Amino acid sequence: MTALDIAGFSILLLLGTAVVCPLFSRWERLLIPVAFALAAFAAGAVTLAGFLALSQGINSAATIPLGLPGLPFNIRLDPLAGFFLIVIGTLSLFTSIYSIGYVRSYLGQRPVTPLVLFYLLFMAGMLLVIIADDAYLFLVAWELMAAASYFLVMYEDERAENRRAAFLYLLVAHVGAIGILLSFGVMAGLATGFDRFDGYTFDAMRAAHLSPGWSTAAFFLAFFGFAAKAGVIPLHVWLPEAHPVAPSNVSALMSGVMLKTSIYGMVRVGFDLLGEFPWWWGGIVLVFGLISAVLGVLYALMQHDLKRLLAYHSVENIGIILIGLGLAMIFTAFHFPALAALALVAALYHTLNHALFKGLLFMGAGAVIHATRERNMEEMGGLIRPLPWTSGLFLVGCISISGLPPFNGFVSEWLTFQAFLLSPALPQPLLKLLIPLGAALLALTGALAAACFVKAFGVTFLGSRRGHRKGEKIHEVGPAMLLGMSLTALSCLALGVLPTFVIGWLDAIPQQLLGGHLATTAGQFGWLWLTPATADRASYSGPLVFGVILAVVAVTYLLLHVRGASIRRVPLWDCGFERITPRMQYTATAFAMPIRRVLGFLFDIREQVELVSPQNHPVMADNIRYRLRIRDRIWAWLYAPQADAAFWVARWVGKLQQGRIQIYLMYSFVTLIVLLVFLG
Amino acid sequence: MSHALVVQLNLLLAALILLTSFALLVQRRMFAILHIFAWQGFFLGVSTAIIGFATGVHHLYLSSLLTLVMKVILLPYILYKLILKLKIHREIESMMNVPTTMMIGIALVIFSYHLTEPIRQLSALMTRTTLAVALATVMLGLLMMVTRRHAVSQIIGFLAMENGLFFAATSATYGMPMVVELGVALDLLIAAFIFGIFFFHINTTFDSLDVDQMAKLKETD
Repeated sequence: MTALDIAGFSILLLLGTAVVCPLFSRWERLLIPVAFALAAFAAGAVTLAGFLALSQGINSAATIPLGLPGLPFNIRLDPLAGFFLIVIGTLSLFTSIYSIGYVRSYLGQRPVTPLVLFYLLFMAGMLLVIIADDAYLFLVAWELMAAASYFLVMYEDERAENRRAAFLYLLVAHVGAIGILLSFGVMAGLATGFDRFDGYTFDAMRAAHLSPGWSTAAFFLAFFGFAAKAGVIPLHVWLPEAHPVAPSNVSALMSGVMLKTSIYGMVRVGFDLLGEFPWWWGGIVLVFGLISAVLGVLYALMQHDLKRLLAYHSVENIGIILIGLGLAMIFTAFHFPALAALALVAALYHTLNHALFKGLLFMGAGAVIHATRERNMEEMGGLIRPLPWTSGLFLVGCISISGLPPFNGFVSEWLTFQAFLLSPALPQPLLKLLIPLGAALLALTGALAAACFVKAFGVTFLGSRRGHRKGEKIHEVGPAMLLGMSLTALSCLALGVLPTFVIGWLDAIPQQLLGGHLATTAGQFGWLWLTPATADRASYSGPLVFGVILAVVAVTYLLLHVRGASIRRVPLWDCGFERITPRMQYTATAFAMPIRRVLGFLFDIREQVELVSPQNHPVMADNIRYRLRIRDRIWAWLYAPQADAAFWVARWVGKLQQGRIQIYLMYSFVTLIVLLVFLG
Repeated sequence: MSHALVVQLNLLLAALILLTSFALLVQRRMFAILHIFAWQGFFLGVSTAIIGFATGVHHLYLSSLLTLVMKVILLPYILYKLILKLKIHREIESMMNVPTTMMIGIALVIFSYHLTEPIRQLSALMTRTTLAVALATVMLGLLMMVTRRHAVSQIIGFLAMENGLFFAATSATYGMPMVVELGVALDLLIAAFIFGIFFFHINTTFDSLDVDQMAKLKETD
């Protein structure tokens, strides 16, 4: 059985399970473990197939006699597709295990069969996107993915907020899909001429030679379409709406891997189908990446809804991936294959890492929300005691996303930095400015992300419980959810400690797409040291750093606890005030305030302090009310005018509808007369 | 019958049809409208018969007979029964400014003459001069539908338009093929039944046949 067979049968298994699962809607208690176990099995098999394709560097293609007559579906597995199968497969495997526990909590509240059904379809859609080898199957799979995820976002559909978010998501997804469709249309049409259909395969597009103008049009149409799906600023508006309202296992998949399918699309179209490009394409991708990274993390800092915060971080991380991609494109255009390989590997590595740690964080957020029934961080606090395992795993996610060793986020961000720092003098004055600036902004992003997760972890898990549901008992989540999260956390650690192996496997991709590779330098000192260029420039050893950190922690622990000093828990010293309540703790809003003050011009902030005094006298106030509303400026700048214009036109056109028959007859009459005057 | 006499007679009937069209435009009593409509049908039938006689196109006799039966007897009878049944025979319709309507109507007649000018130049038929009147009748029927507020008078306007089309067919080409005319006659009859059904529905829904009431169906902002 070849790798492609394994992938194909796994997708068939997912689709088949999706088809039969409505039949078992009466036995939901049984359906959940069986369906999600099958999904996990399929995801594992797909990971295996991807790994085979990546490690052996195989290219295998097949034609399935489905689709329209004369337009069969083509599938293909190459190292790039294999890598993305691994990304989707691993996280889906962990999320499916997590879902066995998570979805059970919906039992008795609402029918879970649709959730299971669309979850399976969603997975199948994403996997099909990756192995598709023609524009037709690609778009069918793309729409399957979009439609399935729309229904997943809509799952808790009794709330207007969720319906609005799902609609916005569907709208942006479709606007993006139009861009992708047009891009494929341009490439296919110019490959074989617009009067024939056989240009729809990726092979034909690869073979075609497009004029610079058309190839630019094809790339930027595709970039627009994929950017809409990836949530690149300014097309990110759906993301912070849709991710928080979906069930958490779905948010993990959407944020962790669905966004990555658009990264796959960009790499596929840019490096594989078009192949040759001028440097400024990469420059534009880089600029969008930088904007998304910096603004994404800044918006994330202002959020108090745990899942919304994570959603904005997805924008940031997509930005970091785009930075890598943009650099790879720039280096390719200036013929530095080794550097291009480094940047591309950094982008792809970050894709895998982000899938894992963002999946872990969303699962952790789901566990917290599941346990507390609360999404606002300001109502949480002190959860580390009732939820020790969840908080530990969430902390792993926080460290990873902040880009701190020994976890995986560090490695890929470090590689991206290396791509910046190692870049030679490029013969473009604009790039001479952009590249150092980009490195600085990436550093700023990393610092802000760390600040943001200090806030997220600190406010949620440390301190003591605030909020209105203080009295309620909180229980640790079940074993399936913990298992799913633990496996993800372990993968984060493994990818952070042993990067040389991963990079050795990843090397097949730049080798095929760019003709450059990394392995000779990266593996120069064996598996212990990761050396992207030369040893005297930069190197990093995951295992050594991990060992040192373990040693320091162990020594500290021993020094603190070996003497058997007992821990006493006493009330907090309150400086004699004696009336300290948990609400007086440091809040998330307060934590973000300095940054809000400094960079406030980037947000649409409305701050109100209101004194409530019975005597209407400011001195006699017995209550102070503080209101803060922070909104994305992009919405007001870009989307609100469009929405207003649409409403204005609609209202104006709506005046045609008078509700009086005579007026309608008058329209016909006047039309008749006018036509007679001009044509008679 | 000499050729000139036929032309003169035909012109006279055309003038009467135009007159009835104007009368329909401003008449406010239901029964009076019906009577005028019946008269219009009668003039149309006679005109068709005369043309048939003069040109020797004999199927026009059948058309003429059909017109007389349908438009002078059957349709007015159905509408008469309907008006009685709906108890609207004493209603007097309020309508927009009569002189303005008349002025618009006159403008339309002049416009029709202007439009048919090239046809009159080219055509060699003896009925060519009445084409303008036929077109004017169509337009006046449409104008009646636009200006009236009562459903029954709007239907009469519609039927008057149909009269105009029929007249145009006879004056432009000595009538349509028989099959088409039979088809049109059947359509009209069915239309009359459908109107009847709709009148009942409108009347029960809005307690009135004033179509302004239907503005309530409009989607509100």
